[in-house]
Amino acid sequence: MTAFVRQVLVIMAKDLRAELRTKEAINASLSFALVVLLLFSFAFDPSEETTREISGGLLWIVFAFAGTLLLNRSFARELNNDCLDALISAPISGAALFLGKALANYLLVLAVELIALPLFGVFYNVRWTSQFWQLMMVIFLATWGMTVTGTIFSALTVNIRLREVMLPILNFPILIPALLGAMQLTSSLVAGNPITSANDSWLKMLIGFDVMYTAVSVALVETVLVGG
Amino acid sequence: MRDKILYIIAAVAVLLLARDIYLFTGFPPERNQGVIFKIIFFHVPMAITALTCAMVAFVASVLFLITKRFQFDALAVAVTEVGLAFLAGNLITGSIWGRVAWGIWWTWDARLTSALVCWLLYAGYLMLRNAIEEPTQRATFAAVFSIFAFIDVPIVIFSIKWWRTQHPQPVFWGGGSFPPDWKAVFGWQMLAIMLLGVVFTMVRLRQEQFQREIDSLRRMAHAL
Repeated sequence: MTAFVRQVLVIMAKDLRAELRTKEAINASLSFALVVLLLFSFAFDPSEETTREISGGLLWIVFAFAGTLLLNRSFARELNNDCLDALISAPISGAALFLGKALANYLLVLAVELIALPLFGVFYNVRWTSQFWQLMMVIFLATWGMTVTGTIFSALTVNIRLREVMLPILNFPILIPALLGAMQLTSSLVAGNPITSANDSWLKMLIGFDVMYTAVSVALVETVLVGG
Repeated sequence: MRDKILYIIAAVAVLLLARDIYLFTGFPPERNQGVIFKIIFFHVPMAITALTCAMVAFVASVLFLITKRFQFDALAVAVTEVGLAFLAGNLITGSIWGRVAWGIWWTWDARLTSALVCWLLYAGYLMLRNAIEEPTQRATFAAVFSIFAFIDVPIVIFSIKWWRTQHPQPVFWGGGSFPPDWKAVFGWQMLAIMLLGVVFTMVRLRQEQFQREIDSLRRMAHAL
């Protein structure tokens, strides 16, 4: 195991441990997801047919908002006791710090999503499991895109005024292609139609989005951390 | 010297604009759409100017991160603001055209949606700048975000294009045809709007430089 991978895993483990001991962000995120799921039932007639049609949009709006709550805390957590300065001056590269934090965020956001998904199925009487593994693949890919841009913007906004407001303002417009693709695929998968050559371009777009933004984030994170 | 260049470019832009407007108001109305079609003389050049601005902002942001020279940061913010204004002009003229041609102000068509998304992206850039006090940090973070936003522009355009489209096929790069004299005026109009963009950017750039001078004088006064 190279030093870099070990550093990434140490940062990830540290973040996960800190979060799971206090559970402040993940509890807030989960209850927020629940509230939004509930609110949607007032917005339209929650019969099985309508719900299936808009399930992609509904789920990803819940995931994006709930995810933002988690991502906001990622760097803000380090502000107390100047932990962020300590992390920056630690003998690890900015890329290792970034990837460690991104992986921790990824697991936390995924956890919230994987709890919200069955709840969605129960509340709206939707059998969503018929294309289970393809749906998981879409969720894994789109969530990584959301986490990687969210983590770098979390670093970007940690020291500025209106931090909590700025993160979604910056992150959501950038995420629109990924969310759009995820919504399209999720709707059709929840309705039981597998991904075919007709809509696999969304999948390619999601993969391209993930690869491109991971590369750019890793390349620019040092600038962000030192510049801040 | 710089002021003189600015005045000359401004004069050329205004004269060209006046000449173009005079010429294309004299053209006969388009067969199907009538007079409203002529809004294309503003609509398309504004979109292209806005896109050019995004490109310049990207280059200036990269150059700032490499050289750390504040001229590039000033250029990036000036050109982003001007581009945002032109994109707003593009959206508004498009909306007016849509009201007449389609009977609705707005539709979630591919091009309209992607233009709006791009507008929101760069509005986020300006909001980010507003939220940061310290100049070096502001310039660095804004440059990073500008790079993220610029990479997103093609992804947004293509993904939303897959999603749906009902915008009329572009007159120039696919379908549609323009009579030769219209094409000539369109070319001049393109130049006029571009020059207007240059003038706005130069004015904004000058403001930015004055602002920096004021800031440094203020710091000096505090130090004394």
